[in-house]
Amino acid sequence: MEELDLARWQFGITTIYHFIFVPLTLGLSVLVAIMQTFWYRTGDTAYKKLTKYFGKLFIIVFTLGVVTGIVQEFQFGMNWSEYSRFVGDIFGIPLAIEALMAFFLESTFLGLWIFGWNRLKKGVHLLCIWLVAIASNLSAIWILMANSWMQVPVGYHIVGGRAELTDFVAILLNERLLVQMPHTIIAGFVTGGLFVLGISAWMMLRGNQKEIFQKSARIALVFTAVASLLTATTGHSQAQDTVQSQPMKMAAMEGLWETEEPASFSLFAIIDQENRTSMREVRLPYMLSVLAHNNLTSEVRGMNDLQAEMEEIHGEGSYIPPVAVVYWGFRIMVGLGMLFIFLAITGLVLWWKDKLQTATWFHKIAIAFIFLPYIANTAGWIVTEMGRQPWVVYGLLLTADGVSPAVTGTSIWISMASFTLVYGFLAAVAVFLIIRFSKPGIPKENKKKKEASEDDDSKDSDAFVY
Amino acid sequence: MDFQLIWFILIAVLFIGYFFLEGFDFGVGILMPFISRDDVDRRVCINTIGPFWDANEVWLITAGGAMFAAFPHWYATLFSGFYLPLLLILLALIVRAVGFEFRSKVDKPFWKKTADHFIFWGSLIPAFIWGVALTNIVMGLPIGEDMNFHGGLFGLLSPYAILGGLASTAMFTLHGAIFLTLRTEGPLMERAEKVAKMIWIPSGVLLLVFALLGYLYTVLFDEFGLIPGTLPLLAIISFIAGYFLLRANRFGWSFAATGGTIIFGTIVAFEGLFPKLMPSTLNIDWSLTVYNASSSELTLTIMSVVALIFLPIVLGYQAYSYYVFRQRVTRDSIPTS
Repeated sequence: MEELDLARWQFGITTIYHFIFVPLTLGLSVLVAIMQTFWYRTGDTAYKKLTKYFGKLFIIVFTLGVVTGIVQEFQFGMNWSEYSRFVGDIFGIPLAIEALMAFFLESTFLGLWIFGWNRLKKGVHLLCIWLVAIASNLSAIWILMANSWMQVPVGYHIVGGRAELTDFVAILLNERLLVQMPHTIIAGFVTGGLFVLGISAWMMLRGNQKEIFQKSARIALVFTAVASLLTATTGHSQAQDTVQSQPMKMAAMEGLWETEEPASFSLFAIIDQENRTSMREVRLPYMLSVLAHNNLTSEVRGMNDLQAEMEEIHGEGSYIPPVAVVYWGFRIMVGLGMLFIFLAITGLVLWWKDKLQTATWFHKIAIAFIFLPYIANTAGWIVTEMGRQPWVVYGLLLTADGVSPAVTGTSIWISMASFTLVYGFLAAVAVFLIIRFSKPGIPKENKKKKEASEDDDSKDSDAFVY
Repeated sequence: MDFQLIWFILIAVLFIGYFFLEGFDFGVGILMPFISRDDVDRRVCINTIGPFWDANEVWLITAGGAMFAAFPHWYATLFSGFYLPLLLILLALIVRAVGFEFRSKVDKPFWKKTADHFIFWGSLIPAFIWGVALTNIVMGLPIGEDMNFHGGLFGLLSPYAILGGLASTAMFTLHGAIFLTLRTEGPLMERAEKVAKMIWIPSGVLLLVFALLGYLYTVLFDEFGLIPGTLPLLAIISFIAGYFLLRANRFGWSFAATGGTIIFGTIVAFEGLFPKLMPSTLNIDWSLTVYNASSSELTLTIMSVVALIFLPIVLGYQAYSYYVFRQRVTRDSIPTS
């Protein structure tokens, strides 16, 4: 393999891995903060127990998000030095602000939260976890701002072979950011919601503290129901924006080779990229026009037309992304997203009928759903990033021109092998720890241990100490 | 206003903050296996930096982000040129963080022992490599006309660069030892103090040799004659003062002194480089400077405003965190697992 392919594989592997932990952190931090707020407001110790129980799981997840995140920041310079030179004037700003505004906040207040259980006043301690949750989500906004600029470059001009900033506000209010940011963050909320729901369901199924875990399941259900509906609506606006800003990506997402007016929506297709055609296709007439333009008549442009147009502007070459991956990635994401909505509504109905504790079939399904958001999240990012190929900055810089000339293939083999090994090891440790800390549930209070509860909880609070 | 200068100073400040803060937690990680007598001691050591190490590491992340934003060419050349050393640092920081966070999650000897190795190597390796890397920069690197690094890994491992790595390791270890005397008590504290006294003089010799050879191997003193100027002198005075302050049991002041050596030493490196960022050994005109490697003035202006607002806030709440956890970590405070 060449350096370019190796660098791309490494970036793909490390990014997907990083983005297993990030969305869960986004959602779980908010959920833990909500649980602690319930405890603070009601004084009900069930919420305190839940805060600690899910708080421990949160710390495990957070740690892995942090350590894999540093790799991401270094990797731009390490493997994509020419890209970094080209975009640094613009791309560097959100990255630096992210660290300054969000990472410091997050790490300092997580330290205060973990070690401050007995030292800080209740209100201050609650504020700490909220600041962690806010900072996590703030960091998402900044990094998405950087990514949005790669999708839809705005507020720049090209000077001496690199993009220079002309309008910072344009970058802050990049249309792409305004559709991509809510969708991504809310997908994180769904991930966190399904995690808490699934674990709570598991505990109810095992008969551990059903009353307490019903409370967390309820919080998670409301949270997931709202968030999963919002992923659908925000996703829809994002797709409509893509039709305008990146028509080639949209055409690839739909496997649309020829321009259609009105356009039909493809339900199933076997993509033949080489011959630029699809086989065994099932199409719903008019549907793509509806989705893309909200009417029954509008034209949606196909890849062949767009390819011809791009060749005219940028010269010869293939400007069609890997269609099958993008097409199926999109369908997997949307399909799973619909299942999440369905699950959340089912859960709410069970709550309504007061069967949340007893519906074991639902518990089993909810447990399985713990794992699904990661597939949806990954599929979504693959659509976004692969759909932009062959560009790294859409219309401005080809991925092939971004790679580091100073780094040899051997070096990348070494780094890719070590990241894969270390990340594989971390995954095993993370899963092991999450199971170890969730499986025992919340211990029942027996009479003997009574002194360890509410009044003097210093001992059990210290469980957070290293 | 000269925004390039401002950003050069700000990035220097970020690295100074990083070396000062992460310096002591590297030191604690390196010393932990040697001064602990049992598992409780080890946990005390880890808990002295427990609430801080992650936030300390963010200084590095911010420095990286700031380089990317303010001097994209510096970021690109440095990070791609130091590919394998940085890979090692990344891997070390990963296992170190995992060691801290997960060590006490499972009460099995094998688990804890593995975590101890992660913490020790994860602290030692970056402490060493940062010294090697910084030494290489001030020695000059084979940077071509295309601004890219044209050397190999072994070019980075010259004896003088290795000496630089040893010097930084010694300095961070010392800094960590003094930190431990401030944050622990009883026999553990006494052992930390003993270690500090023991390694102070050898470290001093090492640093002195490193500094003197600096005249020969680096660009730092090119502008000066034999008298090195105020800052190097401050670094030396600070180092010597630290020893006597320690002997006088003034641990807080001694910590300030080791910190001072790190701070002044880092300033010497940055000041000596200015206006270069990475001097080229192939052709001095191919060096990266604050002018040819920087971002546009608009970007630097925006970044300056952001830094002006947020850096004081960050310093404020980090100080608050150190204030909250100002008490010594006692053996009694470690819960039985």
